[in-house]
Amino acid sequence: MHKTLKRYFPIFVLPTLSVFAVLFLVPFVMGVFLSFTHFKTVDSSEWVGLANYIRIFTTDKTFMNSLWLTVRFTVVSVISINVIAFSVALLLTRGLKGSNFFRTVFFMPNLIGGIVLGHIWSLIINGILAFFGVDITYDPSYGFWGLVVMMNWQLIGYMMIIYIAGIQNIPDDLSEAAAIDGASPAQTLFRITIPMVMPSVTICTFLTLTNSFKLFDQNLALNGKSADTALLALDIYKTFYDHTGLKLDQWHGEGQAKAVIFFLIVALIAFVQLRATGRREVEQ
Amino acid sequence: MHSKKRNLFNWSIYAVLIILSAVFLAPILIILLNSVKGSFYIADSPFTLPDSETFTGISNYIKGFTQSDFIQAFFNSVFITVFSVAAIVLLTSMTAWYIVRVKNIFTKALYYLFVFSMIVPFQMVMYSLTYYAFELNLNSKPGIILIYLGFGAGLSVFMFSGFIKSIPAEIEEAAIIDGCGPVQTFFRIVLPILKPTAITVSILNAMWIWNDYLLPYLILGSGNDKTLPVAVQMALSGGYGNKDMGALMAMLVLAVIPIIIFYLFCQKYIIRGVIAGAVKG
Repeated sequence: MHKTLKRYFPIFVLPTLSVFAVLFLVPFVMGVFLSFTHFKTVDSSEWVGLANYIRIFTTDKTFMNSLWLTVRFTVVSVISINVIAFSVALLLTRGLKGSNFFRTVFFMPNLIGGIVLGHIWSLIINGILAFFGVDITYDPSYGFWGLVVMMNWQLIGYMMIIYIAGIQNIPDDLSEAAAIDGASPAQTLFRITIPMVMPSVTICTFLTLTNSFKLFDQNLALNGKSADTALLALDIYKTFYDHTGLKLDQWHGEGQAKAVIFFLIVALIAFVQLRATGRREVEQ
Repeated sequence: MHSKKRNLFNWSIYAVLIILSAVFLAPILIILLNSVKGSFYIADSPFTLPDSETFTGISNYIKGFTQSDFIQAFFNSVFITVFSVAAIVLLTSMTAWYIVRVKNIFTKALYYLFVFSMIVPFQMVMYSLTYYAFELNLNSKPGIILIYLGFGAGLSVFMFSGFIKSIPAEIEEAAIIDGCGPVQTFFRIVLPILKPTAITVSILNAMWIWNDYLLPYLILGSGNDKTLPVAVQMALSGGYGNKDMGALMAMLVLAVIPIIIFYLFCQKYIIRGVIAGAVKG
């Protein structure tokens, strides 16, 4: 079978591989290359070594600002989303009637696209702030907490589903044995439930981590015009395409250097995740 | 006594869940309520119920439909999503079967390249990919389908490979001994077995492509070929003062409703797919 199938490479692999090579691998390699150049267009690039990287860490303050903002946003989101999602999952796995209805409601926001979601929350947050005569651009912390609330609204239901699956996988005899031995509900929670759902905790932590770190659409729709609340992905986009005001002196290539650093951080998170989950997923 | 206490406890859980549901549903209800109010009252008082003075019936929806090219954008999104998902499911399942069953250094390297592509954020290739897309004249609705295949191949090949590894090769080998060619074997025997994974892969890709904003914005722009998220962003990103807020609210509702209907009908598959995607991704 191995031998018969081998000759069918042009039918089975070539279509996917050629598209993948031309529209992913080549742009990726080109992207790494361009980060070391000063360019107007892709064909007229001039090698400048590490100059782009030096500029984004020294002259151009927006990169470090948005990196720090993204780190703070990610930490707050990861903690709040996981704590709330796990608590809701505990409430919904007690066998109460109507649990499925609540599960349906909580998960729904996850399906709404980032742009639409961002505009819905923009109306609500600006509507609330209008009572105080300001809007979301008035203070960067409004934009920050707006993003956190929106992210919670979108991801709690998703993480809740994964936690519910984890809790339902705990064998019944464990909690029954604990109940017979006279364990209090708090003891059961901390000694049995939480240790048993640790794999779900790992999955959810990394999912919220990468989702928050790479956030773009919601950020653009909710407060895309304010430079103070641009997370990394939006800052990279602005460096490439938004050449208004003070950004005129920016080099083409700086955006690409930012993108490479962004990629390295995301790759590092993925690598740590792979180690944390014991390589199970890739090797199977 | 004991059961009474337990009852009280259950009721307090219900109270918490009902309050939370209200918080989760409120944003959508607010949009819905505002979509039947006069434009002037939306920015002014977004949280009041429509009354006889502010209620405008479905006139916002009529304006939303006629003023913007919303319907065109909706069908562009349907076209791009349906054909991209079809291409991804068909071609990546074939590729995954080949690289799992033909074991050599080359297929192993290919597998790791596909896995690698899963962790690369879009911003990394944004500029150069856009450049090549325009050079190769792929800045069209059929062209963007190829781009989605290239960028979506990683996750899909990975998910199909994971499943194919778990099914024994004996059935396929028997088919080949009986005179089936590899192409026939794949379509008659392997593809039907892959159905559950194919549904998962379709749902994950459909959610991504339907909601994607940046790629279609850069490749197709905000002209006739624009997709739904691009149309929404174009309509809403301007200054709020000089926009017809009523028509915009109607647009938001119309953008959300198809997703909610799809969700209510395919909930089982969506939740299963999302869990599978989370565990693998």
